[in-house]
Amino acid sequence: MKSSVIIFPGSNCDRDMDVALKKFGFKNQMVWHNDDEIPKSDLIVLPGGFSYGDYLRCGSIAGKSKIIKSVIDFANSGGLVLGICNGFQILTETGLLPGILQQNKYLNFICKNVFVKIKNKENKYFKNIKKDILELHIAHNEGNYFCSKDELKLIEDNNQIAVTYCDQEGNDNEANNPNGALKNIAGIFNKDKNILGMMPHPERMIDPFLSGEDGSLFFENLIGSL
Amino acid sequence: MMIEVNEKIAIEHGLKSEEYKKICDLLKRTPNFTELGIFSAMWNEHCSYKSSRLHLKKLHTKGEQVIQGPGENAGVVDIEDNDAIVFKIESHNHPSFIEPYQGAATGVGGIMRDVFTMGARPIANLNSIHFGSTDHEKTRNLLRGVVKGIGGYGNCIGVPTIAGQTCFDESYNGNILVNAMTLGLVNKNKIFYSKAAGVNKPVIYVGSKTGRDGIHGASMASAIFDDKIEEKKPTVQVGDPFTEKLLLEACLELMAGKSIISIQDMGAAGLTSSSIEMASKGDLGIKIDLTKVPCREENMTPYEIMLSESQERMLIVLEEGKEKEAKKIFDKWNLDFAVIGKTTDSKNIELFFKNEKVAEIPIDFLAENAPMYDRKWIKSELPKENSFSKEQFKSLKLGECLNKILQDPNISDKEWIWNQYDHTVMGDTIQKPGGDAGVVRVHGTNKAIAAAVDSSATYCNAHPLTGGKQVVCESWRNMISVGAKPIAITNCLNFGNPEKEKNMGEFVECVEGISEASKYLNYPVVSGNVSFYNETKDKGIKPTPSIGGIGLLANYKKMITMELKNNGNYLFVIGKTEGHLDQSVFAKNILSKSEGPPPEVNLFNEKQNGLVILNLINNNLIETCHDVSLGGILTALSKMSIKGNKGVNIFPINGLINKFQYFFGEDQGRYIIEIKPENLENVEKILKNDSIHFDKLGLVEDYEINYGNDLKISIDDIKQGYKKWLREYMVS
Repeated sequence: MKSSVIIFPGSNCDRDMDVALKKFGFKNQMVWHNDDEIPKSDLIVLPGGFSYGDYLRCGSIAGKSKIIKSVIDFANSGGLVLGICNGFQILTETGLLPGILQQNKYLNFICKNVFVKIKNKENKYFKNIKKDILELHIAHNEGNYFCSKDELKLIEDNNQIAVTYCDQEGNDNEANNPNGALKNIAGIFNKDKNILGMMPHPERMIDPFLSGEDGSLFFENLIGSL
Repeated sequence: MMIEVNEKIAIEHGLKSEEYKKICDLLKRTPNFTELGIFSAMWNEHCSYKSSRLHLKKLHTKGEQVIQGPGENAGVVDIEDNDAIVFKIESHNHPSFIEPYQGAATGVGGIMRDVFTMGARPIANLNSIHFGSTDHEKTRNLLRGVVKGIGGYGNCIGVPTIAGQTCFDESYNGNILVNAMTLGLVNKNKIFYSKAAGVNKPVIYVGSKTGRDGIHGASMASAIFDDKIEEKKPTVQVGDPFTEKLLLEACLELMAGKSIISIQDMGAAGLTSSSIEMASKGDLGIKIDLTKVPCREENMTPYEIMLSESQERMLIVLEEGKEKEAKKIFDKWNLDFAVIGKTTDSKNIELFFKNEKVAEIPIDFLAENAPMYDRKWIKSELPKENSFSKEQFKSLKLGECLNKILQDPNISDKEWIWNQYDHTVMGDTIQKPGGDAGVVRVHGTNKAIAAAVDSSATYCNAHPLTGGKQVVCESWRNMISVGAKPIAITNCLNFGNPEKEKNMGEFVECVEGISEASKYLNYPVVSGNVSFYNETKDKGIKPTPSIGGIGLLANYKKMITMELKNNGNYLFVIGKTEGHLDQSVFAKNILSKSEGPPPEVNLFNEKQNGLVILNLINNNLIETCHDVSLGGILTALSKMSIKGNKGVNIFPINGLINKFQYFFGEDQGRYIIEIKPENLENVEKILKNDSIHFDKLGLVEDYEINYGNDLKISIDDIKQGYKKWLREYMVS
């Protein structure tokens, strides 16, 4: 399986993602933002970081970058596109995913482990993961998901909510919402479920000496379902 | 429209009148305005170390692990297999008090540049921050701003902040301390130095454009604050972590080739100090055409260009003919690249602007001939011990004392702070903040590096010599506690006004203490900086040397942590408890006593105890280790309990001291370790063989800490107080 990780100036989780993809068997290649096209891939990943400094709205400049047209074409033709953290922000900026990511409710950067509940397993990203609740890691300042009422209705009607913040038992209520995200949303799909944007970082949870191992479940499933 | 230079203008630049005279004598003429600016920048305390140089020579800086000691951009130590760690700590105190966010952010940016300048990719950041009393009106905002600044810069670059230290004390009311430390990883055969070599080599400017920000920042850092400090805001630099990230990647890309002769970041005193240092170390001259320097603002004068402290800039001496190749890399990363001059054999710095020579100074005058002072200092006497009467302990309850101590600002949990720092990016953080040391793996190997920052201003204030020794030992213990072999330290020496004999004495004796301990423990100082004049309106800070230590784990799987693990395991205290309460958190909080000597440091015991623990860890004989420091045994035990969500049944103590002295005394050289029953015999044997003093402290159990009828307290109860203090303080 071939994957491509796009590097924007200011990306800083590109290496971590590369390490994770290779660990679970992907043939990964790094693609520079100024390249004309993306080599043939089964999966494209937009990694975390601060693309172009994120001095404007997070992800907004990356959403207009040279490479992004190829990402959009790939996604629209049904290819798998995964955006983590800043990658999620970029996907909302391109319009591939609905909604936006605002500054965290308590106005602070948050770096910690969180639990998320898998809301939809009928897709390649979560299909064969046996657990319903994963322990993942977040590290962001703008992860407060928001969209309009109409958009939310469409998202819910199409089962586009991928994961929600919850506690160890799976209660996804306000008490377990780290950043103020609407409906505790931590990650969403597009309508066809080939695009996933998610704030938590599975690539930081891939061996027992790191923050945990539930990220391994995510990547194992991903390579297995392709 | 050149400004006429005279003594008055020189004094306004922070020079003393005799220093101005010396400049005129050396030059055999009056310097012009640009030259005066250059002299004042190079001769101020921050750049010249004029008050400290004499004493810094006494530091212990050697060891077989040392590849590069003090004097370079950062220190370098060998961690085997051709890997080396480049690391340094640096202060950014004055700017952070004036503008906490930018001051702290650019402190982090500056220290990271010092590390990647040497060819190393930064792999971890740490910090030591000191604030005024929690009642002081500015403390909350300063803390909030500093934490946001540190996070804002480090998070964006994508380097994990893995450990740190936060203290509160009223002596910092008018002068907070922000000390930032970075560790980088480099191949030991590919280290880059700042020493230029060869004549007619192109001098290259890369990075951000030069603006008017930070002009005379280094001079500000060498001055005492008064009521008008707000007016100094324009001298605080503004950070741009995105550009630094690009600069980091571009520099490392260029360094992979063979075109760089020397490289130096433009830190304090900007283009002035970087160009002069490179030339001075190479025993060369340098010629710069200031018209070619990329400027952000219009009509900048030579004086402003030379003294700007705009961030994210580097100066490089390249091999001839490599300009094109180098430029291509910087173009790719969208960074400015300009050939601004060349090296010469004149041994002078020569500056040109619009085809006119605007300054020429022999480099010797600026570097080697910079003033050096043997300032007067006074020795501190060891204070008399307090004798506590039985009456003073009579009405005290262990549980109440413990709860109060766990909510002390200097003891309580700091999660509110480190949750704002990305501590897991780069995917190698195997011990997060909140433990004895942060630990990161050496990417792709079995090795890991532990790092921590420590200071003990209370002890240093009571007796600088002992305090200096103690802080090095504390750092050493933090390495041992996670299973790392201590390798080397970097020190950030924060003191008051060196022109006052008392402050100077504190400096001299702390340095002596640091030197003695680091020599005995083979824990040499390889880098650091000095920050004097931490004084506002005549009130100086407590002497505060911050020690950043690093240690090596040959096999990261042997790392251990401080949280209690399993019921039925035994707990031992390693090291002798004599019940030293003077200068302790207990004495201050419970007995309201702040006099007396700090706990004695016994280097022999310190070393023996540490080495035996490393031995136990390497042989997989202990499950948990935590050093006993502020707040004594019961405080240390509570933190271990809270983290592991486990209780302890404490055995009766015996000896001549009372339970408060035993549980809260701050004697040095101690650790608490957790042992499985099946390893008990073996551990005892090793300890006895090595003549190590140990007490059997208790057994791990569920929910509660119990001590006979004197203490019965649930982990949930102590956790609440310990965890909530800072969070509640910040929202109130």
